[in-house]
Amino acid sequence: MRVDPVGKLALGLGTGVVFGVLLQKGRVAKYDVIVDQLLFRDNTVAKVMGTAVAVGAAGVYALVQSGRAKLDVKPLKVGGIVGGAGLFGAGIAVLGYCPGTSLAAVGEGRRDALAGTLGMLAGAGLFVRAYPRIKPLLEAGDYGKTTLPSATRTSPWAWIAGIATAVALGALAPSATARRPRGILGRMGGRSRSSGA
Amino acid sequence: MKALEESSWSPYAVGAGVGVLSWFTFLSARKALGVTTAFEGTAAALARNVAPGLTGVNEYLATVEEPPKLDWELMLNAGIVLGSFLSARASGDKGGHTVPRRWSRRFGPAASTRYAGAFVGGAAAMFGARMARGCTSGHGISGNLQLAGSSALFTPIMGLSAVVVARALFGRGRRK
Repeated sequence: MRVDPVGKLALGLGTGVVFGVLLQKGRVAKYDVIVDQLLFRDNTVAKVMGTAVAVGAAGVYALVQSGRAKLDVKPLKVGGIVGGAGLFGAGIAVLGYCPGTSLAAVGEGRRDALAGTLGMLAGAGLFVRAYPRIKPLLEAGDYGKTTLPSATRTSPWAWIAGIATAVALGALAPSATARRPRGILGRMGGRSRSSGA
Repeated sequence: MKALEESSWSPYAVGAGVGVLSWFTFLSARKALGVTTAFEGTAAALARNVAPGLTGVNEYLATVEEPPKLDWELMLNAGIVLGSFLSARASGDKGGHTVPRRWSRRFGPAASTRYAGAFVGGAAAMFGARMARGCTSGHGISGNLQLAGSSALFTPIMGLSAVVVARALFGRGRRK
């Protein structure tokens, strides 16, 4: 097995520590927060992800356009993406964490996330076993490492402005979903409230 | 580091932090944040060392484009566990319930049921993530912030599937 140089391994660890602190402080390593997002009862996950994408995109595209970084995108292979995304979504709904937040939840001391992480390792093993046979399905409909700006011949900045606007509007909108099922009062309210805006 | 003692930060501050962290990974490691590739590599390495015949790992290694390696991303995963541990400790945010409230209302309080569910859900999620070559981090954040076509297809399908399954499991009887 090939190994990265020690400096790069240390860099990975340090980056991970910062990522782990952010996920933990963002409360997205919590089962209830993630499942409540899927039930549209708490938008914490959407806020974190939307802001990360908007801020990340602006900086990364600035770095790319000034020649200091290169994009690192995954190829658009329709078979693998469609099948994988469907299965992935179902899996995280049952697990109640996604892979990164599951690791963060392990750090937080949640045993169900440890079971989930072991399950993820088992799932990766099954994938290794299945890969040679399902490869043709995964590679079906290969459009390569395309991006939205390159496919539509538009400026990335138009897309980034659009994303930033959507996040800002979401932040400013009177939030029908800002129900906080925290604390005794919040919980009781959550039970007795009828749904709808 | 007073901020570390707070139990939570604004989701916008956290999101901005993750965004800035992405700039850093592109500059320092020429990589985007991602979690599941390292799981595939670890599984392949374990398979090769434990049961190469049974797992068919050699067939996998012959088919795959890039052989797995012990790299930046595996250490990133270890760092996530460590960082979250330190953060939770600093703020006194203990693990709390072994079986989450919503789960126990639906499937009962038995820890074994929850562990089994988490294991199966984790396995399905990881298999799917490797089919798609990314997860909530690799596609949801890193791919989308690069405006990747693959991630623009992945994200809505993942979201729809997760919402439908979550509603089927936990939405019943909650809407009047």
